[in-house]
Amino acid sequence: MSALLSVTDAHVAYGKVEAVRSVSLEVGANQIVTIVGANGAGKTTLLLAIMGILPLKGRVAFAGQDLAQLDIEDRVAMGLGLVPEHRELFVTMNVEDNLELGAFRIERRRAKASMERVYALFPRLKERRKQLAGTLSGGEQQMLAMGRALMGEPKLLMLDEPSLGLAPIIVADIFRIVTELRASGVSVLLVEQNAQAALKIADQAYVMELGEFALSGKASDIAANERVAASYLGFQHEGESAL
Amino acid sequence: MNTTIMLFLVQDGITNGAIYALLGLALVLVFAVTRVILIPQGEFVTYGALTYASLAAGQMPGTAKLALALGIGAFVFDLFVARKALHGRLILRSIVANIVLPAIVLALTVYFAAQKPPVAICIALSLVIVAMIGLYLYRIAFQPLAHTSVLVLLIASVGVHLALQGLGLLFFGAEGQRGPAVLSGAFTAGALRFTGQSITVYAITIAFIIGLWLFFGLTLYGKALRATAVNRLGARLAGIRTTLSGQIAFLLASVIGALSGILIVPITTLYYDSGFLIGLKGFVAAIIGGLVSYPLTAVAALVVGIVEAFSSFYASNYKEVIVFMLLIPVLLLRSLAAPAVEEEKD
Repeated sequence: MSALLSVTDAHVAYGKVEAVRSVSLEVGANQIVTIVGANGAGKTTLLLAIMGILPLKGRVAFAGQDLAQLDIEDRVAMGLGLVPEHRELFVTMNVEDNLELGAFRIERRRAKASMERVYALFPRLKERRKQLAGTLSGGEQQMLAMGRALMGEPKLLMLDEPSLGLAPIIVADIFRIVTELRASGVSVLLVEQNAQAALKIADQAYVMELGEFALSGKASDIAANERVAASYLGFQHEGESAL
Repeated sequence: MNTTIMLFLVQDGITNGAIYALLGLALVLVFAVTRVILIPQGEFVTYGALTYASLAAGQMPGTAKLALALGIGAFVFDLFVARKALHGRLILRSIVANIVLPAIVLALTVYFAAQKPPVAICIALSLVIVAMIGLYLYRIAFQPLAHTSVLVLLIASVGVHLALQGLGLLFFGAEGQRGPAVLSGAFTAGALRFTGQSITVYAITIAFIIGLWLFFGLTLYGKALRATAVNRLGARLAGIRTTLSGQIAFLLASVIGALSGILIVPITTLYYDSGFLIGLKGFVAAIIGGLVSYPLTAVAALVVGIVEAFSSFYASNYKEVIVFMLLIPVLLLRSLAAPAVEEEKD
């Protein structure tokens, strides 16, 4: 069976500085794959490039189709979703409008059912559905960003640091929902600094260092790896500043 | 000054202010969605007005030909951009939208111009012609620059304004024109006399504002437009094309411009270059609204209209100066109230 997403020999550069070098990765159907690594390792850059927001040299194929000629909106329509680190919500619009717009490319009839599913996944959003997105708490904004992406019925959801700056109890909630997504048939590519939590729920894992994959394999093996344990699971060493 | 004169001036100011409000709203809309400061808005006004006046006088307006020429240009741009992935459906769609449509409108215009058509047909044709010009201009002049800075877009905007003004002189000549009233007749209420035309101005302005409010509040495309204005990257991640939002914004702006022109031209003689000053007053209102607030822009537009009416009574030589001076205290206050906002990068 071919992978849902396959990235082959990808390079991403900001001007002359290569932030991602010769990276290859695969995400299969019904899988949670995580990329862990320090701040500034190039994880976010890689996700943005897969989505088409940054130019990428190399090959990216999704559901068997080469993405090179497709822009962001086409990739969304194909079933690739991204929840970016800064969430990029429509802050002056209410929760329901944000969700409705997430289904912009979906038939109206199906969008209604999608919204019910998202509300079932995040009951908090239903309570706040008439509230402006900008007035939500950080955790609720993260839920809304995930909900909006799910409204587009993605086959693969890419999450960039979903736990960043959130209270532990909300983080646990979000990770639980990520596993529920896998159960409902959505693959997840999870970029996290919180390696411990990410490795616990992931099937496959990649460790990124200075723009390259230093290690890859089954998440449980990576979690057991001594070097990883020393670098990421104990005291995280301070990396370079974020991109 | 007695009360009657004052009432007259206020009435006059509100009539003009209503037009400025429409133009100001269009400017805010276009800026919020595309970051283009739409200087050519004034040309949409003159094109709409003079196309309408020409048709009503039984003359063939050059704008119909311009629409076809721009459509062909837009088609070439479409082909060039899609050159790596051309397929039949795409080409066909582009031909229909960019060439067949303006060709049909041109044929209709030629047919109707020869026989002094009724007012309704003149209005409809003028609106469609200017709407197409606005849409194709976005495709040719602004869409390829969509990722650049506000300054580059502003320079392009000035260029488009100058080009359209020159073409306006070519199409309509240096003489001014007046068009027939949309609604004739008048009635008197107390000291005030309301003409059918001024009632039309109020009614259409109010209808348009309500219509825009419903469009933005209730429809998916209206919400998508707002979403693009709030967060361009977020909108793209939801699958909303920036170019689609830009097209809708330009379409609305050109229709609003042309409609304003059609409403003014029975009241005032318009020349090929009159639009600039009219558009600029809408711009003053939009700036007072901070280029973001629709209600503030509408209120500011009424103030601009009333100030203009009073200053033309007291110091008619200085009326433009006085209106534009309104900007100085507003900008001063705004600069004190809010620190400079860094331009959004995306």
